[in-house]
Amino acid sequence: MLTKRIIPCLDIRDGQTVKGINFVNIRDAGDPVELGKSYVEQGADELIFLDITATVENRQTFSLLVEKIALNVNIPFTVGGGIRSEDDVSRLLDAGADKITINSAAVANPGLIDILANRFGSQCVVLAIDANNEEEDWIVYVHGGRTPTEIKALEWASEAVQRGAGEILLTSMNHDGTKNGYALDITRQVSETLPVPVIASGGAGTHQHFIDVFTEGKADAALAASIFHFSEIPIPELKQFLHKNDIAVRL
Amino acid sequence: MKVAVIKYNAGNIQSVRIALERLSLTPKVTDDPDIITRSDKVIFPGVGEASSAMEYLKERDLDQLLLNLKIPVLGICLGLQLMCHHSEENDTDCLGIFDTTVRRFPPGDKVPHMGWNTVCNLKGSLFKDIPEKSFVYFVHSYFAETIPTTIAGTNYILDFASALEKDNYFAVQFHPEKSGPIGEKILKNFLEL
Repeated sequence: MLTKRIIPCLDIRDGQTVKGINFVNIRDAGDPVELGKSYVEQGADELIFLDITATVENRQTFSLLVEKIALNVNIPFTVGGGIRSEDDVSRLLDAGADKITINSAAVANPGLIDILANRFGSQCVVLAIDANNEEEDWIVYVHGGRTPTEIKALEWASEAVQRGAGEILLTSMNHDGTKNGYALDITRQVSETLPVPVIASGGAGTHQHFIDVFTEGKADAALAASIFHFSEIPIPELKQFLHKNDIAVRL
Repeated sequence: MKVAVIKYNAGNIQSVRIALERLSLTPKVTDDPDIITRSDKVIFPGVGEASSAMEYLKERDLDQLLLNLKIPVLGICLGLQLMCHHSEENDTDCLGIFDTTVRRFPPGDKVPHMGWNTVCNLKGSLFKDIPEKSFVYFVHSYFAETIPTTIAGTNYILDFASALEKDNYFAVQFHPEKSGPIGEKILKNFLEL
């Protein structure tokens, strides 16, 4: 049976993990490679590394980091942040990433999705959407959630899938950081409307939130950052809990 | 050990190279017939579309080369599908090493089949010391129909062949290079054949 995926997300700046990390068995908590390896050992199903570096020069640092991650991580991993072109994607896939996420650049130029899907295959093109709930509608934001657009999240997700996106990473800006649970309504809407897998993101705070997003939210995968980084919810414990509650997970 | 990874117009080839490097090997990613035939093991990986991949292989006579190899060959993902008789993906005649057909998943759930799923009814040396119902990582929209030479099966929407074996040819639909310690063990089993 296909299992639901648990995906830790690591924010990277200048080659180092950004959010404070509170793990006991890691030599250097800021080292994304060490942290990634630790998550693999704990049973993470995939990893996502987001480069939040602002400058072009430091993008090179990120590619080098991706090479190191690939040599040390034997499960699929996705990378994103600042991807604008075919060349960016080619460089990251050559460095050993399995999938890439695109966000603002795809909103600015939707044709980029077609180009990437045709050249590299839909399976490695993940469309990331930052959505904010405003007056009954979910509105797409770009530039790290700073700039609103006039696009509705579900419409954008549908268009992206038609253009060749193979997976949707859906972050609810209203829920992100609250630890009050995932956005179940929009996650379910996107997941039930589209034929591709949906990764829910934003709001994880308790074990129950994961059950809710997999059952009510119909998500295929759930992403979280701080609750894993600070070991508030260890992944092995979370997976046992999900298993006991009849959610199919890889143990 | 000399391991050749067939280079062609399909994705995911770097991941296989890197997985072999994790096992302390130095594989050659190549389309050079001499290097391929003089290797100890050949890996035929790939993620992509069947007809353009077959066209590319034929243009370079890599199809005949693959068919005539006597050394162990491991197809991965698209590699497995291209080693079958025919693929529904753009109605493509493939290599015909395995006498089975590749079909698109029928409606019933999301396609691609993406994520961790189990392999069952494991047979043969490729799955030596691999427990039944081990989890491996899949990403695919087409599947090979089960035949007598199936050495592993998986269920998604329906039952399909997740691994095949015939003579010196082996193939897996999942990605051993991305399937954690279980995947590494399967790769090691192949390298130790």
